[in-house]
Amino acid sequence: MEELSILIGGKAGDGIRQAGQTLARLLNRIGYRIFFYDDYPSLIRGGHNFSIIRASKKKILAHKEKVDLIVALNQDAVEKHKHRLNSGGVILYDSKKVEAQGVGVDFMGLVKELEGAPIMRNTAALGALAKVLNIEWPILKRVITDTIEKEVDLNLKIAQSAYDQVEKACFSVPNLNQKMLPLVSGNEAIALGAVQAGLNMYIAYPMTPASAILHYLAEHENDLSVVTIHPESEIGVALMALGAAYAGAKTMVGTSGGGFALMTEALSLSGQGEFPIVFIVSQRPGPSTGVPTYTMQGDLSFVIHSGHGEFAKLVLAPGDAEEAFYLTGLAMNLAWKFQIPCFVLSDKHLSESIFSFDADPDKIKPEDPLLWDGQGEYKRYLDTQNGISPLAFPGNPAAMVKATSYEHDEYGITTEESDQIVRMQQKRLRKKKTMEDELSRHEQVKVYGNLESKTVLLCWGSTKGACVEAAEELGLKVVQPLVLEPLPITPLREVLSDADKIIDVEVNATGQLAKLLSAHGICIDDMILRFDGRPFTLDVLLEKVKEVLS
Amino acid sequence: MTTVKELETYAQNTWCPGCGNFGILNSIKKVLADLTEEGLDLSKMVLASGIGCHAKIVDYIKVNSFYSIHGRVPPPISGIKLANPDLVVIGHAGDGDAYGEGIEHLIFSAKRNINVTFIVHNNRVYGLTTGQFTPTSPAGFKGRSTPGGSPEEPLNPIDLMLASGATFVARGFAGKPKHLQLLIKAGIKHQGFAFIDVLQPCFTFYNTYDFYNKRVYELTDKAHDSSDREAALARAREWSYGEGERIPIGIFYQVRRPTYDEKLLKGRIPIKLKPGNIRSILKKHI
Repeated sequence: MEELSILIGGKAGDGIRQAGQTLARLLNRIGYRIFFYDDYPSLIRGGHNFSIIRASKKKILAHKEKVDLIVALNQDAVEKHKHRLNSGGVILYDSKKVEAQGVGVDFMGLVKELEGAPIMRNTAALGALAKVLNIEWPILKRVITDTIEKEVDLNLKIAQSAYDQVEKACFSVPNLNQKMLPLVSGNEAIALGAVQAGLNMYIAYPMTPASAILHYLAEHENDLSVVTIHPESEIGVALMALGAAYAGAKTMVGTSGGGFALMTEALSLSGQGEFPIVFIVSQRPGPSTGVPTYTMQGDLSFVIHSGHGEFAKLVLAPGDAEEAFYLTGLAMNLAWKFQIPCFVLSDKHLSESIFSFDADPDKIKPEDPLLWDGQGEYKRYLDTQNGISPLAFPGNPAAMVKATSYEHDEYGITTEESDQIVRMQQKRLRKKKTMEDELSRHEQVKVYGNLESKTVLLCWGSTKGACVEAAEELGLKVVQPLVLEPLPITPLREVLSDADKIIDVEVNATGQLAKLLSAHGICIDDMILRFDGRPFTLDVLLEKVKEVLS
Repeated sequence: MTTVKELETYAQNTWCPGCGNFGILNSIKKVLADLTEEGLDLSKMVLASGIGCHAKIVDYIKVNSFYSIHGRVPPPISGIKLANPDLVVIGHAGDGDAYGEGIEHLIFSAKRNINVTFIVHNNRVYGLTTGQFTPTSPAGFKGRSTPGGSPEEPLNPIDLMLASGATFVARGFAGKPKHLQLLIKAGIKHQGFAFIDVLQPCFTFYNTYDFYNKRVYELTDKAHDSSDREAALARAREWSYGEGERIPIGIFYQVRRPTYDEKLLKGRIPIKLKPGNIRSILKKHI
């Protein structure tokens, strides 16, 4: 089989995501490329959780509505999802708990018999699943040994017993003999990209869907050589980060929309005081608490316009794990190069989905900022041609470093004089021009699919995955800006110049990218919007695009 | 060494004549000058301030500084100290900053015991916004936002800091600069969060010189054991920022506890960390 989609469903607390990840590893080990989607409500016990693992011979960035196999740990997994089953599809279910047609195995009975904990039901499910897929036992054994931290032997026994209880395989999933790739979530890619660009400190207050960046960096703090801090609030987070940056530490913060709302005060301070700082904003449906564990691209306008006062900022929007990695590295380097706030705008779908990760770490190198050469008297806010003042840090015996939220002179002493105010505001805004020159040397807009097509799917962020595949299938072109502020209007006009029909695809209710482009005179012909908290699956998007084209 | 004179900047001082801030400014400059004599490297010193009359202090002293925003002095000074624990950091804040807008940060600084000094210029009135009541104004305070008198009881910051776990809790009076210098010096030398509430008359909007001069008395080692938390609490409650006959000033409480920076950093200095190797981590993702 060149492609296979499996849904694992159960209630919260059943370890669905963990089981799904182990399954993803299993398929990775035999050369499949993976896209892993996780769907869960905001609760700790009960409810209904499911993961969809799509495995394919070629690289994929989206999942499908339809699946080939459902693994049901409870009845909901059958009732809520049986409509998804492709013809020839199979349900593998816990036979004493679930009523269904397909392959039933008494997972719970088997776990009890071997005196395992109830959570090990998902190990039993994996064992049975491997057999259903006709994957050889030693491969599963290896994956369980590498993945499960506690009671490996017991888990192996349970898995093997379940494996043996399935009489015959329903699918034939061969070893594709392709290189195995690391399986990395968007959040992990963000963390790793920042580390590769020299991250010293990560400061964050927990907020879904950004929390995993904090968890991951905290867990690997020593290996990655990063200090992680969880302060009292997002206000504390952002201000603490500015202090750290002032002292010379490469610092990043991460949150979602509501937490970022609290950080906007500090954002303006970073604009005025010229503190380099990276903000990760991983969106979820709003307004306010909204739908905490689902996805949305609803904060584009908020983030690009955030902060009071006028100052330069950079907003980057990766669409997959590799882009998350590279663009976070770029954000860190440019934040320090221009001494400005730089954003990586993610969403739940990018942050928490897992991808086969094929990035080259060497493509990110930590870049030194412009440092003071020690000549003459140090002026923190030296008025230069390109607006960038050389940096020095406290502790430098030759420099007095005065940073400030107030309008100031070149030394950083408060001023309210009109000529000084104008001079300093112009100096800071000149950095925007300098940054735009630099950005023009980077890839700011990506194009995929049929480059000759005059019908364009316009998208940004995680919506890229479904768009690219849909476009390939329908022979259309895809345009994805990676930079959203300052908007790369020249390259956008270039790639859109011969388009007859631009279809904007976004996961929000108002088409925020479409509005942004319209403000620059680029007319959008149609919009396909989804705002139920779920991302576009490939099949749903294909249907919508066909409707628009018919 | 550096003299008090050498610590001056060219910034024009814009405090009102008679402002209590002068007593604090002169004291801190004297302490810094004295400490350079004892070997303090001034380039490792960072002062920070919030927003309000007090905040101008960083413009008036020739050392590294971080002029923050209202209420937000504890987070950046924590960030500075954590990024480079070799730095010596002093935060200045007003009572509106410290006890109003940014009180969560103050409580957490004490709870964590971050190794910085925090000086509150507590004039018990909003000066720069021309005279409103603050968290430490007495009940009934007639300000521009409460012409009928403040309906709130004042907060007792000494009591609050003791409850929050601060390891150095002191109160000074801007009208007694020699005594204040001793407190600031002790605060800087203290390993941990050193909190100093400074009673600071506002000559224009709330002139309390007479009120304090009649009531303050110094806590002495003889009469007060600053390692005794119960005794500290009793002294803290002797005056609750309203009426009252006697106002103790001095060190209420001091104890050595491991600091947040020691516990969090475990010897690491973030600005000197070299990036880790992500390839070995990525292997674990296969």
